[in-house]
Amino acid sequence: MNTENVSPAFDLDALLDDRGTRIVVCCGSGGVGKTTTAAAFALRAAERGRDVVVLTIDPARRLAQSLGLTELDNTPRPVQGIDTSAGGRLHAMMLDMKRTFDDIVVEHADAGRAEQILANPFYQSLSASFAGTQEYMAMEKLGQLHARGEWDLIVVDTPPSRSALDFLDAPNRLGSFLDGRFIKILTAPAKVGGLGGAFKLLTSGVGLVTGALGKLLGSGLLADVQSFVNALDTMFGGFRERAEATYRLLQAKGTSFVVVAVPEADALREASFFARRLAEERMPLAGLVLNRVHPRLADLTAERSLAAAEQLDVAQPTSAQALAGGLLRLHAERVEVNRRESRLAERFAASHPGIRLLRLPAQAEDVHDLEGLRAVTAAQTAA
Amino acid sequence: MTNADSAAAKDWPGVRLHVVTGKGGTGKTTVAGALALALAGRAPARRGGGGGPSLTPRVLLVEVEGRQGLAQLFDAPPLPYQERRIATVPGGGEVWALVIDPEQALLEYLDMFYKLGPAAKALKRFGAIDFATTVAPGIRDVLLTGKTCEAVRRRATEEGRTFHYDAVVMDAPPTGRIARFLNVNSEVSGLARMGPIHNQADAVMRVLTSAQTAVHFVTLLEEMPVQETLDGIGELRGSGLPVGGIMVNQARDVVLTDAQLKRAAGEGVDRAELAAGLADAGLDRPELVEALAGLATEHARRVLLEQEQRAALSDCEAPLYELPLLGDGVDRVGLDRLAAALRSQGAA
Repeated sequence: MNTENVSPAFDLDALLDDRGTRIVVCCGSGGVGKTTTAAAFALRAAERGRDVVVLTIDPARRLAQSLGLTELDNTPRPVQGIDTSAGGRLHAMMLDMKRTFDDIVVEHADAGRAEQILANPFYQSLSASFAGTQEYMAMEKLGQLHARGEWDLIVVDTPPSRSALDFLDAPNRLGSFLDGRFIKILTAPAKVGGLGGAFKLLTSGVGLVTGALGKLLGSGLLADVQSFVNALDTMFGGFRERAEATYRLLQAKGTSFVVVAVPEADALREASFFARRLAEERMPLAGLVLNRVHPRLADLTAERSLAAAEQLDVAQPTSAQALAGGLLRLHAERVEVNRRESRLAERFAASHPGIRLLRLPAQAEDVHDLEGLRAVTAAQTAA
Repeated sequence: MTNADSAAAKDWPGVRLHVVTGKGGTGKTTVAGALALALAGRAPARRGGGGGPSLTPRVLLVEVEGRQGLAQLFDAPPLPYQERRIATVPGGGEVWALVIDPEQALLEYLDMFYKLGPAAKALKRFGAIDFATTVAPGIRDVLLTGKTCEAVRRRATEEGRTFHYDAVVMDAPPTGRIARFLNVNSEVSGLARMGPIHNQADAVMRVLTSAQTAVHFVTLLEEMPVQETLDGIGELRGSGLPVGGIMVNQARDVVLTDAQLKRAAGEGVDRAELAAGLADAGLDRPELVEALAGLATEHARRVLLEQEQRAALSDCEAPLYELPLLGDGVDRVGLDRLAAALRSQGAA
């Protein structure tokens, strides 16, 4: 193996045991096992003595149940059945994006206005499905949990975005959208017009624009947007500010990012983008978790293994020969998979020297209980 | 379990829009690409009677999430908002690709209906286009599905052909969002209550709910993706959208007998038997016996779990297609293998 292309080891326990580590954010593209990884890290930290809360986004039903989460209710619940001998605790919660958004509205507006906002069709669409609302609300919730100060470690799962980058961009996108130029124009034409002369041209441009959009979307939508933004605007000063506060929390000392990927080209490409992006944003990357790797179990080459299997491929194999032959083929396949995965990991290491790597072997079965979560981190192999 | 036995019968006669969805990480884009190749590899139609010219299939593969997944899949440079040929198959069939950009689709649309000219620029400058495409995913989705349906319905200019594309394959959003994505009508009805977007949504719905469309689900034989597949199928059926087949990706070969599987998953394989078998191949190594016994247990647990999941999928009465695990990763050779598997099982 080319020793230049080997990543340094990612010491998970050192990260989790360090009392200075206050927030761990697990991110990566969809389907790589972020939720399971976040839950497994949180459990390990709690059993090593930390007081932990894990914020999950969309856990598999049985995993959620094993964490004591039976409904989406935005409330951290104590997880039963953990080893508390080191003095730790574990709470878990599932994000309810719409409710988080509703809560912000209710908290900041007087009752009448809140009701008006919650009933607005534009708000309903935005809070339930705006591309980015989930990401934004996850960050909002992180901020809230952090502000409560009840835990000394918060582990966050991130939404299953189509791209790992969405998670960093979404708060800003939503913030700048609600705070954006076009919204401002839409909602405050009177102000602009009032400034007189030089703005006359601009207002006629605005009329043209809103006219065309109104034609296209139906004027009802624009009216809904206007009343929504006006209602929102009066109650708290700009989404951008909130998005920026979230950003600062992510850059704060004590926050660590963990990028989760599976050993496949697509997922590693996303991981690569993410690692670069974190560096640009000066957000600390603790390391890459290469999830579901297939370790090589025996020191026997694929070629030798297949040759031996063929030798056993006789006309009337005994049960023993059939068993050995089948398993030798399986081993050969495993060696090939392992070789491909190692190549991908080496390529990643070569383009990201210095990024720490932790390999988590594939589990034979789906993880849906505490035992399974323990097994995930117990099998860790630093690169 | 598979419908390989009905190899000769094509399972989706009359379907011209194949929507491919799947949970993240299941290989949705890969399967969409393989399906497009499989459709392009069908026998050419002879229009205008047996003696007419042969018309090799032309298939369009559309991407709606702007990830450039298709370009990567076919090892091509990033694709613009423009139809380009990205693959040909033996026999002359062609696969074209289009990455739909909602902003450009909106501008194109505005231009078509309103002849906006310079006003389009103003819209862009004021952030109005960005606003309209991000304001609510409903509108964005109407633009994406609308452009796709336009390609499905586009008439051919060549003689003998009715439609420009014989089939359109969409690499669609993931399972968790698919029903909402396709059900554009209900999505925009609360937002755009009238106007062209509203009308466009109606037109799109007519194509999507017709017998011309089938929504296929890609899954692995794992708990989460299978659960999402079952949920997604239920949602689609509830919305009156046509469910197609289930593509089980990365299906594993089983190397043990039923009795061996059961034993390996529980107490572990008979080590003495395994050692004897290995000795016959000249491998008399105790550490190898242990390693292979461990591998056997892992394999057996996995296979039993897969059987459970396969049974759950069979219950929902959609045809199952099984695609092999590509050990060497996905390249054109691998895609052709998957396409062949789809064709031999009747999916194309």
